[in-house]
Amino acid sequence: MARTEYDKEHAHPGVGQYVEIGVILAAMTLLEVILYESFDRGLMTAVGIPALIVLTILKFMLVVLWFMHLRFDHKLFRRLFFAGVALAVVVFGIVGANFYLGPQTGF
Amino acid sequence: MTAIAERPTTTPRRSVFRRPTAETGPWSWITTVDHKKIGILYFVTAFFFFLVGGVEALLIRLQLAQPGGTLLTADQYNQIFTMHGLTMIFFAVMPLGAAFFNYLLPLMIGARDVAFPRLNAFSYWVFLAAGIFLYSGILLGGLPDGGWFNYAPLNLIGPNPTLGVDPSAGSPIPEHVQRMVLYSIGLQIAGIASLASSVNFIVTVFNMRAPGMTLMRMPIFVWSIFVTSFLMLFAMPVIGVALWQLLFDVRYGTSFFNPASGGDPVLWQHMFWLFGHPEVYILILPAFGMVSEVLPVFSRKPLFGYSAMVFSMIAIAFLGWGVWAHHMFAAGLGPVANSAFGLSTMFIAVPTGVKIFNWLGTMWGGRIRITTPLLFAAGLVGMFTIGGLSGVTHSIVPHDWQQTDTYYVVAHFHYVLFGGSIFGIFSATYFYFPKVTGRMLDEKLGKLHFALMIIGFNVTFFPMHILGLWGMPRRIYTYADGMGWNFWNLVETIGAFIIAAAILVFMVNVTRSLRHGAVAGNDPWDARTVEWLTTSPPPPYNFEEVPHVSARDEAWHRKYVSDGSQAPRRVPAGASPDHGTPDDASPGEAAVPAAEAPAHGPAHDGASAIHMPSPSYYPAIAALGLPIAGWGVVAGGAVQVALLVLGGTIIISGLFGWVLEPSAEDH
Amino acid sequence: MATTDMSAPLPGTDDAHATTLGLANDKMAMWTFIGSECLFFGALISTYLIYFGRTNEGPAPAGIFDIPFTSASTFILLMSSLGMVLALAAIQAGDMRRFRTWTMATALMGATFLAGQFYEFSVFAAEGFNLTTSPFSSSFFVLTGFHGLHVALGILMLLSMWAASMMGRLPQQLHTTVENIGLYWHFVDIVWIIIFTVVYLIPAAITIAPPTG
Ligand code: HEM
Ligand SMILES: [Cu+2]
Repeated sequence: MARTEYDKEHAHPGVGQYVEIGVILAAMTLLEVILYESFDRGLMTAVGIPALIVLTILKFMLVVLWFMHLRFDHKLFRRLFFAGVALAVVVFGIVGANFYLGPQTGF
Repeated sequence: MTAIAERPTTTPRRSVFRRPTAETGPWSWITTVDHKKIGILYFVTAFFFFLVGGVEALLIRLQLAQPGGTLLTADQYNQIFTMHGLTMIFFAVMPLGAAFFNYLLPLMIGARDVAFPRLNAFSYWVFLAAGIFLYSGILLGGLPDGGWFNYAPLNLIGPNPTLGVDPSAGSPIPEHVQRMVLYSIGLQIAGIASLASSVNFIVTVFNMRAPGMTLMRMPIFVWSIFVTSFLMLFAMPVIGVALWQLLFDVRYGTSFFNPASGGDPVLWQHMFWLFGHPEVYILILPAFGMVSEVLPVFSRKPLFGYSAMVFSMIAIAFLGWGVWAHHMFAAGLGPVANSAFGLSTMFIAVPTGVKIFNWLGTMWGGRIRITTPLLFAAGLVGMFTIGGLSGVTHSIVPHDWQQTDTYYVVAHFHYVLFGGSIFGIFSATYFYFPKVTGRMLDEKLGKLHFALMIIGFNVTFFPMHILGLWGMPRRIYTYADGMGWNFWNLVETIGAFIIAAAILVFMVNVTRSLRHGAVAGNDPWDARTVEWLTTSPPPPYNFEEVPHVSARDEAWHRKYVSDGSQAPRRVPAGASPDHGTPDDASPGEAAVPAAEAPAHGPAHDGASAIHMPSPSYYPAIAALGLPIAGWGVVAGGAVQVALLVLGGTIIISGLFGWVLEPSAEDH
Repeated sequence: MATTDMSAPLPGTDDAHATTLGLANDKMAMWTFIGSECLFFGALISTYLIYFGRTNEGPAPAGIFDIPFTSASTFILLMSSLGMVLALAAIQAGDMRRFRTWTMATALMGATFLAGQFYEFSVFAAEGFNLTTSPFSSSFFVLTGFHGLHVALGILMLLSMWAASMMGRLPQQLHTTVENIGLYWHFVDIVWIIIFTVVYLIPAAITIAPPTG
């Protein structure tokens, strides 16, 4: 396959879109800091922490899918990357669970 | 496919970055980027380490031959059994696998080289540097002594806490700490080599295949390279982090694994075995791939259940990430964790069993030729099965509590590692020696080698099952009389010397055959895969014409016709009508004239038009910086800073030279 | 994009033509390597998560972290990723001046981040929080230190690219190299995105908020 065709099919986002995403990322970071500051003012951790985690995942995906072009690129790259992410999350999730739950529940 | 592309630089080219041109002599080996030469370097170096590890094993067995052995002190014994494990795993079996990966991968997929030839050379030099670094402990206050698994807090205080803890006595760094620094940085460096080659091989398999070589047409050995590379890719960073943490603990006073300051020794076990179990598959899958190539050739049948073989290998690799805690059943993880990991360990035996039955199915009903490669391959099938079965007995947790840390475990892993990996590697050595050297190994000596080895192996390791069940612990430097262990220990030591004799026979065979062996020709075994289409040894560019692949056993299909109703019939080279009727070729890949088979003799002008990447100094230079920086950490003080700076500078300048040198020398 | 000037590539530049999947070897290698790095940082981050509560009477996350300061350096690193994509877009469009500007800007933002980290570490050390204080401190410094090392390597690569371009040794066809270095740079950035919440915000929040939440 010629590269030129390939590039046409998988056009990268343009400068305007990059800047938009940069702004969104900055705004989400601001939101994170605001959330963090609200813990002092009575925000419950049961709400605030999941919210922080969701924001992190969104930021992560924005950078990966747009800045790193995974959304537009060959699926092989997506698989290579998310294989690493998934493996890390699963195995270290189990290790962590064993540390936090092990003594009490035997997990 | 054109010549291997490397990153280009622009003209004008500066003479500082001229690429070396030596084609013979020592410089040609130091600067080579040819995967075949690198494969040979890997084999020779790793075989040397195999001999070193073997001598260590003989010392261990001599010490344990009788109760109250005095050949070695406890301290010496600890160093020697630790180095035996480290050497065999990281510097013998893994690089022997890498030797075959390097040599065969491009040949088997019909490529001219790997995707990154210089990175490939870098892997080799880094591996060599790691071996030298680790063994430099002989001159630097001792070798690592905590076992290959190096459990915390043993790795922090040392097996002998009184040893060299007085910093005022000579070296600013206590001896024990130096040993642990050697362990952690030595394995770290070896890990860099594995990581670099795993990236290289993965890209090569994805991207460098000959036309028509679909993934499901690849020789099964290539699949084993592919799967093993993924295991290395993901396992090396985990041990890497654990080794850094260990280094910081012993050397810079952190508290990752030190319970005295709040750390947790079980974290080391998790990290080590998260890497360690995938590692055991890194050690065995290449051997599985090798025998899967050998058995069909000498059974004169295609591999039974190719796709089942591929998928079971993938399943093993996948499940291999979910069983690590079976090494920790005695650590007190709790009943839920123990049961879960016990179950997953039983599951992993299933795809392993699939492979064993497929090998039997391959031989079943075949017209078997009893040759040395076949004997070793069949030896693997038998011996590995015993080891796999004892592995399953470990998966039953209460059972394992009885066996763990006894010689029963030692028996298990030698049946899988020696009876598995080493038998597989010898099988492949006899099989591919003619391709690499152009001469056959002697069959009589080969069979003698096999006979001695299988007898010696079983005499050495089978009694370990018995001793283990009788309660003899592993990792002890001696034992008392009157435990009832004397007889089998003596038997084991005799067995070890039978193995040593077998290895000697092999070395005699190699030395003689290199000069006097029968000339092999391209295809001495009547083999099935494309590496046998080119000459023995292959030219630097592997194939004059890149083969166009239209079937799984491409070389076989070029030699035989078979309509399934009667025995396959041999046809003149290239005339097989089977060839050119691709079984599942996509429309674009029309049949290729058989005249393209390189076996047809040289097309001289064709060969001279092939550009291969030029040799390079930089991989070896960059690799040199790593142990130098490491020795700085061993030494401490001002020397540390100096050597870290020096090593770092060498690495960085090596890499800059690498990037900036022209992709080929102007003619 | 860039159809016309790609029609006569430097020899060897366009290795994607020759490959089985039509993908460039070095880009595939970069993604493979990044997959491996996920496990590297996964191991470091999970160690931290296991240990951040083990403070040995020393400072706890809420007591030691300076969240506004870290937020500022987080913001700078995030924006450096934007700089990186703008540099890539510039070289793909053939605008070498703009490429150099954004490359330099990215490297400078990375260096600012590193300087911030250096400052943060020295403040911590002055407050009695260093590598050996507790499992919490050990895992914190080793994790963020290794991240910093990755940033430093990235800066070195960016500056080399900038210098190569200044000397005219980075032809426009090498935009694939820029893309690969960019991938690395963004990866280092997403690791920090995780570190910011998982290492700083959440542990600090847990240690200040009422435990019943
Ligand atoms: C059927 C597949 C296998 C099963 C179910 C299995 C199971 C186990 C278990 C449960 C242990 C822990 C025993 C203990 O320490 O109490 C163990 C140890 C070990 N296994 Fe396997 N295993 C299998 C295959 C392999 C293979 C293929 C290899 C390597 C080629 C291997 C190498 C080892 C090693 C080196 C150890 C000892 C590690 C140490 O403590 O130093 N195993 N195996
Ligand atoms: Cu295991």
